[in-house]
Amino acid sequence: MDSQTQLTAEELNEIIQLIYTQHGYDFSDYARSSLLRRVARCMAIAEFKTSYELKYHLINDKSFFAWFLETLTVNVTEMFRDPIFYKELREKVIPTLASYPIIKVWHAGCATGEEVYSMAILLQEAGLLSRTKMYATDLNPVNLERARQGIIPLKQIKEYTTNYIKSGGKNDFSAYYTAQYDNAIIHKEYREEVVFARHNLAVDQVFNEFQLICCRNVMIYFNQELQNRAVHLFHDSLSPLGYLAIGIKESLLFTDIKEQFEAISPLARIYRRKK
Amino acid sequence: MTKNNVDIVVIGGSAGSIPVICELIEALLSPFDFAVVIVIHRSKNVISEMEQILAVKRKEIMVKEPDDKEPIQKNCVYLAPQNYHLLIEETHSFCLDYSELVSYSRPSIDVTFESIAEIYTQKAVAILLSGANGDGSHGMAEIIARGGTGIVQEPSTAEYPVMPQLALDANAGAKAWTPAQISTYIHTLNV
Repeated sequence: MDSQTQLTAEELNEIIQLIYTQHGYDFSDYARSSLLRRVARCMAIAEFKTSYELKYHLINDKSFFAWFLETLTVNVTEMFRDPIFYKELREKVIPTLASYPIIKVWHAGCATGEEVYSMAILLQEAGLLSRTKMYATDLNPVNLERARQGIIPLKQIKEYTTNYIKSGGKNDFSAYYTAQYDNAIIHKEYREEVVFARHNLAVDQVFNEFQLICCRNVMIYFNQELQNRAVHLFHDSLSPLGYLAIGIKESLLFTDIKEQFEAISPLARIYRRKK
Repeated sequence: MTKNNVDIVVIGGSAGSIPVICELIEALLSPFDFAVVIVIHRSKNVISEMEQILAVKRKEIMVKEPDDKEPIQKNCVYLAPQNYHLLIEETHSFCLDYSELVSYSRPSIDVTFESIAEIYTQKAVAILLSGANGDGSHGMAEIIARGGTGIVQEPSTAEYPVMPQLALDANAGAKAWTPAQISTYIHTLNV
């Protein structure tokens, strides 16, 4: 495919404005370089040659927007992505969570849920899942529905099993899912522990208090202003000494609230809210 | 080449490219007045020592995997992190992207070449080295179309000639140079 469709910065601005006025989704503080690629990709798949065609469908075709939103947002994810992160979580974070009578965890930008279930497995292995309430949010309703189902293509299981073992997993990974035809379905006991809900980091507010927030490889799609907003929102949603985990190549350095966090695993980018 | 003509040199490589990349880093005359960005096809979800492998011979040159939104600086060599595409924002900072594979790769050379072409236009130099797939050809075309310089490793000198050959077939405006010629060019950039 890649971006045979050319789109200028001005055209992108017009499209962002149009999406906001017609559909209420605010992409104005998304990183322009990745958003440009995503919009161009949508146009290429829809076989639109000009931004005029895209605008026409955004205004006049009611069913188009659901497809557009799903295609625009990045829904790529893996179970136990960056095994080193899960290893650090296992060793440095989960043992301290055990001191809370009820543990609340928020996955912000959960996509189709693979990282949510990875975390649920870790908590189960530590004997904590039954007293954990997990909230997983995304702005894309299609993602949430898929995440709820907990279905993973079987062809990815081999890679996920390798990641699981590298993360320090000692069990037989197949104990966590049932394979049927071309898919694996995550066992019910894990799916039932998660509340899936819509939440948009660009506009929505604090909705609960958490001991651990995971938001990995979501803020890379934001510009610095929106990253700053999101990190403030996470800070205000954490209990004192609560943990924030971001992507392994993401940084709090470019936010104005970095002093309020202490890095407890610089390598895996796990931070702790100061008191 | 007159002073300050180039702000960024982006090097794309796959199978067989690492020795040549080391040679090119070796040829940098430090301090250099531009940024260097390296995109190599590499494994994901492993602990990688690629930064150390590339930096080993020139202690004063630091090879660094950039964080998301890190500002791009001169006299620095950046290596695209595993399992992300590497893009450039209009504020001249890096932007990581975890979207679908392009040419079976993430990082994809095309994605970074295209993004650099968009932001740096005629101040960009793209160098495409040895490799076994078609990544980089389209991005090379973008670099050249926007007035930048496109250089491809002479396929007969490449361990895997497929990638440079496809790029040359698709880009009449690209120069086909041996690693030694590319090294000489890099050594004399902006002086």
